[in-house]
Amino acid sequence: MSFLAKYIGQKVKRTEDPRLVKGIGHYVDDIKLADTLHVVILRSQYAHAKIVSINTDAAKTSPGVVAVYTGADVAGKVGFVPCAAALPGLNVPKYPVLADGKVAFVGQPIAAVVATDKYKARDAADLIEVDYDPLDVVTDAEASAQSDSPVIHEEFGTNVAFTHQAGTGDIDSAFAQADKIVKEKLNHQRLAPISMEPRGVLAHYLPGEEQMTLWSSTQIPHLMRTQVAIMLGMAENRLRVITPEVGGGFGCKLNVYSEEALLGWIAMQVHKPVKWIESRRENFQATIHGRAQVGTCEIAVKNDGTLLGLRYNVTADLGAYLQLLTPAIPTLTGLMLSGCYKIPAIQMNCVGVFTNKMSTDAYRGAGRPEATYLVERMMDCVALELKMDPVELRRKNMPKPSEFPFPTATGLFYDSGDYEKALDKALAMADYQKLRAEQAEARKQGRLIGIGVSTYVEICAMGPSIALPAGGWESATVRVEPTGKVTVLTGVSPHGQGEETAFAQIIGDMLGIDMNDVLVIHGDTSIVQYGIGTFGSRGLAVGGAALVKAAEKVVAKAKTLAAHLLQTDEASLTFENGKFVGAPNDKSVSIQEVALAAYIPHNVPEDFEPGLTATHFFEPKNFTFPSGTHICVSEVDRETGDVKILRYIAVDDCGNQINPMIVQGQIHGGIAQGMAQALFEEVVYDENGQLLTGELMDYAVPKAHQLPFFELDHTVTPTDVNPLGAKGVGEAGTIGSTPATANSVIDALAPFGVTHVDLPLRPEKLWKLMNN
Amino acid sequence: MIPANFEYFAPKTIEEALQLLEQHGEDAKILSGGHSLIPVLKLRLASPGVVIDIGRIAELKAIKVDGSTISIGANATHAEIAANADLKTHCPLLAETAAQIGDQQVRNRGTIGGSLTHADPAADWPAAILALDAEIVARSSQGTRTIKAADFFLDLMTSAVESDEIVTEIRIAKPEQPAAAVYLKVPQSASGFAVIGVAAQLKVTNGKCEAASIGVTGLAPKAFRASSVEAALVGKTLDEAAINAASAKADAEADDAMEDIHASGDYRRHLARVFAKRAVLAAAAKA
Amino acid sequence: MKISLSINGTSYDTDVEPRLLLVHLLRDVAGLTGTHIGCETSICGACTVMINGKTAKSCCVLAVQADGAEVTTIEGMAQDGQLHPVQEAFWEKHGLQCGYCTPGMIMAVCGLLKDNPNPTDDQIRHGIEGNLCRCTGYQNIVEAVKYSAEKLNAQK
Repeated sequence: MSFLAKYIGQKVKRTEDPRLVKGIGHYVDDIKLADTLHVVILRSQYAHAKIVSINTDAAKTSPGVVAVYTGADVAGKVGFVPCAAALPGLNVPKYPVLADGKVAFVGQPIAAVVATDKYKARDAADLIEVDYDPLDVVTDAEASAQSDSPVIHEEFGTNVAFTHQAGTGDIDSAFAQADKIVKEKLNHQRLAPISMEPRGVLAHYLPGEEQMTLWSSTQIPHLMRTQVAIMLGMAENRLRVITPEVGGGFGCKLNVYSEEALLGWIAMQVHKPVKWIESRRENFQATIHGRAQVGTCEIAVKNDGTLLGLRYNVTADLGAYLQLLTPAIPTLTGLMLSGCYKIPAIQMNCVGVFTNKMSTDAYRGAGRPEATYLVERMMDCVALELKMDPVELRRKNMPKPSEFPFPTATGLFYDSGDYEKALDKALAMADYQKLRAEQAEARKQGRLIGIGVSTYVEICAMGPSIALPAGGWESATVRVEPTGKVTVLTGVSPHGQGEETAFAQIIGDMLGIDMNDVLVIHGDTSIVQYGIGTFGSRGLAVGGAALVKAAEKVVAKAKTLAAHLLQTDEASLTFENGKFVGAPNDKSVSIQEVALAAYIPHNVPEDFEPGLTATHFFEPKNFTFPSGTHICVSEVDRETGDVKILRYIAVDDCGNQINPMIVQGQIHGGIAQGMAQALFEEVVYDENGQLLTGELMDYAVPKAHQLPFFELDHTVTPTDVNPLGAKGVGEAGTIGSTPATANSVIDALAPFGVTHVDLPLRPEKLWKLMNN
Repeated sequence: MIPANFEYFAPKTIEEALQLLEQHGEDAKILSGGHSLIPVLKLRLASPGVVIDIGRIAELKAIKVDGSTISIGANATHAEIAANADLKTHCPLLAETAAQIGDQQVRNRGTIGGSLTHADPAADWPAAILALDAEIVARSSQGTRTIKAADFFLDLMTSAVESDEIVTEIRIAKPEQPAAAVYLKVPQSASGFAVIGVAAQLKVTNGKCEAASIGVTGLAPKAFRASSVEAALVGKTLDEAAINAASAKADAEADDAMEDIHASGDYRRHLARVFAKRAVLAAAAKA
Repeated sequence: MKISLSINGTSYDTDVEPRLLLVHLLRDVAGLTGTHIGCETSICGACTVMINGKTAKSCCVLAVQADGAEVTTIEGMAQDGQLHPVQEAFWEKHGLQCGYCTPGMIMAVCGLLKDNPNPTDDQIRHGIEGNLCRCTGYQNIVEAVKYSAEKLNAQK
């Protein structure tokens, strides 16, 4: 298809922003319904304990309290928190919305207090007495897999939830033929997603109509509707999920938690609206964490740098229960272990284990940052072993553009790519050879300068339905209203990505209308046709593709009517700038005029279906594979271990760009999050399973002065997977930046013989390495 | 996060505040800016029955510089101290320290008296207050007493202020060589509190150190004067060797070093030595 | 306890519990929901407002402490339907994505530019250290602050 490109490809200011900069958008807690009751949840103080008894008497008589519920009240009435990911032999523990006799992590919900205001609810929560019988705790993932570990879910007799093997190729012969085998143990620390808006739920049940509305800060309104309806035993079409403004997700709102169904059930008991807004402490304790893999990687390589094989034996820390996609995350790691290299044999042996901690699940990148970090870290280790420049090692093993679609030993076909082009561009921006010379000079002066490169590829635009538990298609409706205004209903659920703008740009160009005449509606299951949601860098690449297809249907139908109105044949009509122009006399009719004629069908072809609207469910035939090169230059303070980022260069390729301003913003934010993983962030539990990073006073989300200026550029290698040629960009920055930053800092420490350091690269850790 | 309920008083005079304090005793907490107390109340780490807000006592706000002394009212905010032109001239260490506390919002609300009374071992003020050999004036209905900075910090979150007392004023003798001072800190990456903070106030003549006072915060459960460093500097020409030798003793007075997920005791001790050196170098360079 | 205060120029006389946090007064009593709650421990700055012209984190201020004060929230920034230059700048420079930190960030930027009308990049980054943004990596916020400074200085 061709585009007018009045809007597409332009840095168009976002249509979302006026309401947001004025503070008049509506996040869940901003929605006020009369007579709303407030819910405070009492959570476990223990990481592993039997609950002997719960006394709620005092709480129930506390001022303003309407009800107090415990596990006994909801048992058999509210279904278990769902896990949608399926793996052979997966042990799925029952995960009640309120603990039923036992708790397995600090922060697990035990009781819900319902009161007339949140202050009174909070006071009453203090009056609940829980008698715990503490059990032995296991927090270390590798220890949890051992036979002498305390068992968290006795029904399985083990903490192993699953074992998973991935990859193809003759791995044994790859290692047998290797000149060198490079081996390293790597820990991917546990991270907290920390959307600035915590989670929140508002539920309102109308007993007469037998209908419920649930406002939730989520990335997946429709999937939530289905799951919560199942948990509540109610008909799905009687539940309406509304996703208002969402203050960031990063994967942590790609889930169905205890609280949505619990609040829904409470609303059905009290017949008044009920609201629960997560505190930051609850957010640290009971919203999913990410990463948390520990494993050993071995690379088989020829002396000339040719990669032969990769083996990764890994333990994935799942936490105490399985959330929506918990076990699926490590499988995504397995898919991406080829990185942007030709590796003929790959094998991942993964053990997923329960620990007495919050569940892990999808956090920006979800399994792929783990793969990229692993591969890119190992590439530096291999280069060091072979005494090769890390850039040349990478280049040597990259597939050429002509080799696409490129098959990997992990079973994927990379759609398109030109990895060397981005690499060369980044090297030129950095002036890599000069940087290396400067580094050598600095080292002579005792300064510790490091240069880190990461060349990444990621799997995006989730994805073909066959690969996703709930399907991977997306939907869009384009509705031209009688007055010519256009309403778009999209199944994706943007929460900062700016699709209200990007989709209006697409429609503006495709229909030749003012993009301000387009209204994009999302996140309301009673208005929008079923959709999958926003995650896995899919909003534009899958949701936008559905939109293009729907718009094409609208144009085709309009064309039929236009031909009738112009009394010419369709084949002679052209559609440009919003007008159908007929040959030979150049008479024209606008899309707006056609719309009116379609709704007031006094002059239409025979059998013409009135109205001008179309819906499309787009099924992608493959994932997309965005790629790029990031280069980080850092300096380590010899005395303190403090890290300063001197330069950061990123050249990313997400295919065609609809709005380069939004693309850059996504890259900026992604780099910040990935760099924060490298330098600052880590969720820490002590050996008793107490969360030591339970507030933003202790968990370091980076501040402005802790981050550098990012130098960006891009290459464009379109995909043929969707009609936009766009690959997705939501996670790229995060995936590229962690290894680039880590490689840079570790390179800075090379004079000390340091070859690997686990993240985060906190100053004390580096200081110790420099001082043995 | 919501505090438990309490009774609230907002006295307009010190006398009124002291009377309330006497009346409610241990059940009362003093509220100044609130940036230390309110999070504690919200986390329900403390649930006092009575909160006495001294924020409306105008006389506690004054910053006065005259003759040889500097007087800072307990209710002066960090921002007011950071921006005060007289202090920038006569005691820049105060302004410089104030400017490094928290962030603009915290500096706008937080007060020097509140911070000192709270005695957070990772707070910034103690280092400067110790290095300036300040006196803290505390009043109760029984009378007024002055507490030397060196005697003020007793232990983790414990100052010498009794439960019937309110800090009203911080008094400082004007430094002889005001400019020869610096406060350097390593901020904890999340909270911005000091993993280590070193304040140095020197007197240097022709390259020779005539007087040195060094305050260290963040290292031990209570902030302290690094007397060993001071002793090793005084009388010496401030060359690299002398500064290195002296600053190596920066943790000598710390019997215990704090340990947490942000830094071990050993690392804190090491940082104290490094930042003592950097602080002395920087202060000497300004002399 | 009876208190009276001005919020965005409108007088409010209300009876509150002493423990009521200013942010809850703004959001739940005055109905001004532009001021957000992000951390509750005085770190993230999403709740930043002006009290008597100075920025403060309203989740760590009691409503009773604001008795008699003039409070300005994000809703008080645009005048006669015209965006404030700092609001304009955040829009122009793509200084926001999810928008949750934005109101507090804009208030903090106003506080910063009041004290320092021509900040350097480094001063900007330190000047907003009391406000966390998880989406933008701050780069476009820094650009927005520079743009705001130009606009505000041009108005003088």
